[in-house]
Amino acid sequence: MTTYYTEDHEWITVEGDIATVGITKYAADQLGDVVFVEVPEAGASFGKGDDMAVVESVKAASDVYAPVAGEVTEGNGALADAPETVNEDPEGAGWFCKMKLSDSGELGSLMNVDAYKAFCDGL
Amino acid sequence: MAEPTTDNLKRTPLHDLHEELGAKLVPFAGYEMPVQYPMGVKDEHLWTRSEAGLFDVSHMGPCFLSLADGIGGGDEAHAKIAALIETLVPSDIAGLKEGQARLTVLLNDEGGILDDLIITRPIGEEAQGSLYIVVNGAVKEADWALFERTFEGKAVLTRADDRILFALQGPKAAEVMQDFFPGCAELKFMRHMPFELNGTRCIVSRCGYTGEDGFEVLVSPEAGVPLIKEMLTDERVKPIGLGARDSLRLEAGLCLYGHDMDTTRDPVEADLAWVIQKKRREQANFPGAERILKALSDGPAEKRVGIKPLERAPAREGTVIEIGGEPVGVVTSGGFGPSVDGPVAMGYVRADLAELGTKIDLMVRGKARAAEVCELPFVKPNYKR
Repeated sequence: MTTYYTEDHEWITVEGDIATVGITKYAADQLGDVVFVEVPEAGASFGKGDDMAVVESVKAASDVYAPVAGEVTEGNGALADAPETVNEDPEGAGWFCKMKLSDSGELGSLMNVDAYKAFCDGL
Repeated sequence: MAEPTTDNLKRTPLHDLHEELGAKLVPFAGYEMPVQYPMGVKDEHLWTRSEAGLFDVSHMGPCFLSLADGIGGGDEAHAKIAALIETLVPSDIAGLKEGQARLTVLLNDEGGILDDLIITRPIGEEAQGSLYIVVNGAVKEADWALFERTFEGKAVLTRADDRILFALQGPKAAEVMQDFFPGCAELKFMRHMPFELNGTRCIVSRCGYTGEDGFEVLVSPEAGVPLIKEMLTDERVKPIGLGARDSLRLEAGLCLYGHDMDTTRDPVEADLAWVIQKKRREQANFPGAERILKALSDGPAEKRVGIKPLERAPAREGTVIEIGGEPVGVVTSGGFGPSVDGPVAMGYVRADLAELGTKIDLMVRGKARAAEVCELPFVKPNYKR
């Protein structure tokens, strides 16, 4: 199981050819109180960088991008009634969706945890 | 996405304090302003509804408009300055009592709204012939240029936007203010009184932009910075950013200029006809009077209404409103209301659809989300009448 990160502050944890996607603690902290989340439904397909989900704070709506291409196998339905989970546990229970990767080679362009930490420190 | 640049942005006299308090600063109306403090928008909002929130609104446009041939002279002088400003606004300014303030709108010749503003008549015979006016920060330069052009030779404009304008809002605001400005708790809503603070004059008005009881204070930076630092040591007071200011005013059903009204809207469409008192309707001598009086008698084509999304998704500004797949309006302000604990919005719909309870669809990211036309405000106002 390996976790990768994007410059847009998504994380993706890969186990075999299934990956779980969410937003990082850094992103959740920047957003502030999450009041609404729209996650993709099973069966939806995305290219790398496509708008995949929406997360809304009191202030504004932000798009969440697909870190890599794939087909969604499950959206986290629990976030509809408990969007605050994204603040409380962004890199755990606050996951957005699970997806089947189209091309695991795309993972190579993402950051590992150390690189992501350094990236955030530079912001 | 490119980050907005902070170059060339103005700073209020409270800028250093915002940084000390850990504010997140963003460009707003040409200023670097606190959008939130470490507490966060939602808690700042809820704090203001239960305790007292302190807002820096020094980016706004406080000013004084005074007769060119000098102030003083009681009612006669007030009548003169009122007659001048009434050429630009449709409210009864002549009829203001000493110390009374009124919300009004600045109109262009077509009756479109150039700004909303609060005009206050000062207290005391020797101060008559002057008006204390607060316009919006985003359009203050244009407003003031219009005043100077219109009143050239007749009245003099003194800008006061180098001072601090701050608001203390919330159910505990009066208790807190009373310690600093003894007697101010007796003020009624939309009344003001002047105070001396460390030898400088300041203006305390009972008004605000949150739906809560509260005050706005115009004060010099020298007297204001220590005053605010001391106020913030009171455990009932927390600094509140522009993020919560926006959600508070939206729940209170109050318009944001440039969003819920602009030059394409007249006061009748904007549901602000109440700012036009009977006397002015009869006089019919304000800019765009013909269009506005016609809209009053025939009804406007569109009307500003409250919108309650029936699902959890907030509908933001610009969201198209449809009925049966046909566009019938647009959301002009929308988001999440922490006190309502759900999404809230306002916008314009065809006037025949403005009735409370009308079912509408909000087209959020291509999906129709159920909503209905509802009463404004979303929360019961807590003004001291």
